[in-house]
Amino acid sequence: MPNVRPQPAHAPAHPLRWGEPFPEAAHETLANGQMRRNLAHATRTIRDKRLRVTAELPDWEALRDAGAAIKHQVMSELPALLVELERNVTARGGHVHWARDAEEANRIVTDLVRAKGADEVVKVKSMATQEIGLNEHLEAEGITATETDLAELIVQLAGDMPSHVLVPAIHRNREEIREIFAGRMADAPAGLTGEPRELAMAARAHLRAKFLTAKVAISGANLAVAETGTVAVFESEGNGRMCLTLPETLVTVMGIEKLVPTFRDVEVFAQLLPRSSTGERMNPYTTLWTGVTPGDGPQEFHLVLLDNGRTKALADEVGRQALHCIRCSACMNVCPVYEHTGGHAYGSVYPGPIGAILTPQLLGTGTKGSLPHHDATASLPFASSLCGACYEACPVKIDIPTALVHLRGRMVEAEQRRPLPTGWATAMRSAAAVMTSGSRFAVAARAAGLGRVAARGERIGRLPGPLAGWTSVRDVPAPPRQSFRQWWSQHESEER
Amino acid sequence: MEAREAILARVHDALARSQQGPAPEVVRAYRASSDVAPGSPEALELLTDRLVDYRARVHTADEAGLPQVLAGLLAAAGSVVVPPGLPWTGLLESLDVEVLGDTPPLGNTELDRAGAVVTAARVAIAETGTIVLDGQPDQGRRALSLVPDHHVCVLRRDQVVATVPEAVAVLGRHPERPQTWIAGPSATSDIELVRVEGVHGPRTLDVVILG
Ligand code: SF4
Repeated sequence: MPNVRPQPAHAPAHPLRWGEPFPEAAHETLANGQMRRNLAHATRTIRDKRLRVTAELPDWEALRDAGAAIKHQVMSELPALLVELERNVTARGGHVHWARDAEEANRIVTDLVRAKGADEVVKVKSMATQEIGLNEHLEAEGITATETDLAELIVQLAGDMPSHVLVPAIHRNREEIREIFAGRMADAPAGLTGEPRELAMAARAHLRAKFLTAKVAISGANLAVAETGTVAVFESEGNGRMCLTLPETLVTVMGIEKLVPTFRDVEVFAQLLPRSSTGERMNPYTTLWTGVTPGDGPQEFHLVLLDNGRTKALADEVGRQALHCIRCSACMNVCPVYEHTGGHAYGSVYPGPIGAILTPQLLGTGTKGSLPHHDATASLPFASSLCGACYEACPVKIDIPTALVHLRGRMVEAEQRRPLPTGWATAMRSAAAVMTSGSRFAVAARAAGLGRVAARGERIGRLPGPLAGWTSVRDVPAPPRQSFRQWWSQHESEER
Repeated sequence: MEAREAILARVHDALARSQQGPAPEVVRAYRASSDVAPGSPEALELLTDRLVDYRARVHTADEAGLPQVLAGLLAAAGSVVVPPGLPWTGLLESLDVEVLGDTPPLGNTELDRAGAVVTAARVAIAETGTIVLDGQPDQGRRALSLVPDHHVCVLRRDQVVATVPEAVAVLGRHPERPQTWIAGPSATSDIELVRVEGVHGPRTLDVVILG
């Protein structure tokens, strides 16, 4: 057995809530030099590529505006659009299922796999199925789910949790991956080296037989068109095409927010997504399908529409824009906090800036009748420097800083309504004066950068709230007349 | 149906609490078309540049020169799969290569053993180096351009448009057809972000621009 240990060390109890609050979890990553080096290299590379290809388009800002407006429209008309999608998928021979929560979705998928008499399925990387813990559930039901995306395969074999939305194994380097393959992939070639091509070809050979014989595939969806019932998956490796094309049955699990109204809207997201995500002009493969096409691809298609907390997020007038997210991961690649803590610190399948606003909302942290206010996820909105880089990078202009501040206010308010058993709750209360005037704080933070708001003394080491634990290890002077972001880029280059 | 009604009720309820008036209108100020005309030398040049950047190989041919180009590309293939409506099937039969028709449909293992596949395409996008297949008889079902390790795609030059919106306008005439958008051979950057071409799809993509 190789000496590669799973990361994080303990398997999560819940895909959206692994346990430790952000500040404690962040300490672990900060101590892992290898992971931080891998991360810094990766985020910087993708960031640079992204800037190059977005600068290439003269109408990039107009595309972002259109993307943001389409998503706003989708949320506003969600009930009608969902019904329209259902009607059109069904009209083309597909089946639509609705799932209120993870448990219901898992049961629907399991029943569909069982009905086909299959005890093995191939999977396309998908955030929705990770969010519901589908693989673990299937395994408990005696069904083996094989992740076919290279990074997901690495994560699965290593017993890891993904640490990035786009490159889930970003925390592993080639030597670690070689060890993982050599030790845990039954048919790994002897004498495998750490050469990326060799590793990729080993995965190709390993998965080929599975693709050619699989009866059932499970995927997520990047978008679905209400007007036509068309579903789309954007990918790179061709494992998506394999899963979406060869098996007899395809089950797609999709969040209810992933809609676009018209087929024409594809032109907006087909430009925004690849450039924001991998920094490519276009991802190598995109598959679009509408229900069932006789003689071409799976002859049985099931679409599972998943709520799982999305309607909780939708009820929040500020926070609901988190549902506009197209999972491009641009925000994590520009986030100074993510770069230093890594994805695992967020304790959820959704890391980084979007995770900081999406995870607590999906779980209903700080809302009535949902999770206790001191739940680990309540610390996530504090896991940010509010530098605004995520907002600038986001292809659909999600105002993450404002949402963060709004959610902070919500958490603080919730804390004030109850006794304060935890240490960080006290810390939060002391910051409440600023936090609860959410809009003023947002304006101040965005205009000046957090540096001047937080650094009333000379140090940024005193970030308010539970993040104080994290910032105490990065105790640094904050020049007063600079935005945090300007300060950060300067400081960052000094570091290297 | 219980879950369906429950979710729709939750969505309605959520919107009642959070919706601040009607959503702003969607303004499409982005480029819906381009100064670069479909099939123009500029469009072809741009497409070629982008495809090559993705490690696809690009060739040009006129009708008369096509047999020679295809013969060169398929010389080592051994066998080639053809969709049922491919216009150049007769031509391929004159070459030194076994031609495998897809009627009745070939099994996955037969496809896996084939040396190459030749298809047509619906449209190509120059700015993004993308060719799109929509499953019509000259392109075949999706598995054909997926399983064989070598894909030769023959494009007519008038199918090359400059921008994504122009291509979506073409594809939007038949949105129900299964579509495969291909930008270079498959690739992964999952290991230390080193790009490796050809993971699961065809490892070699040849694009022949005709006319
Ligand atoms: S929030 Fe925006 S930048 Fe972040 S993953 Fe979602 S769409 Fe991309």
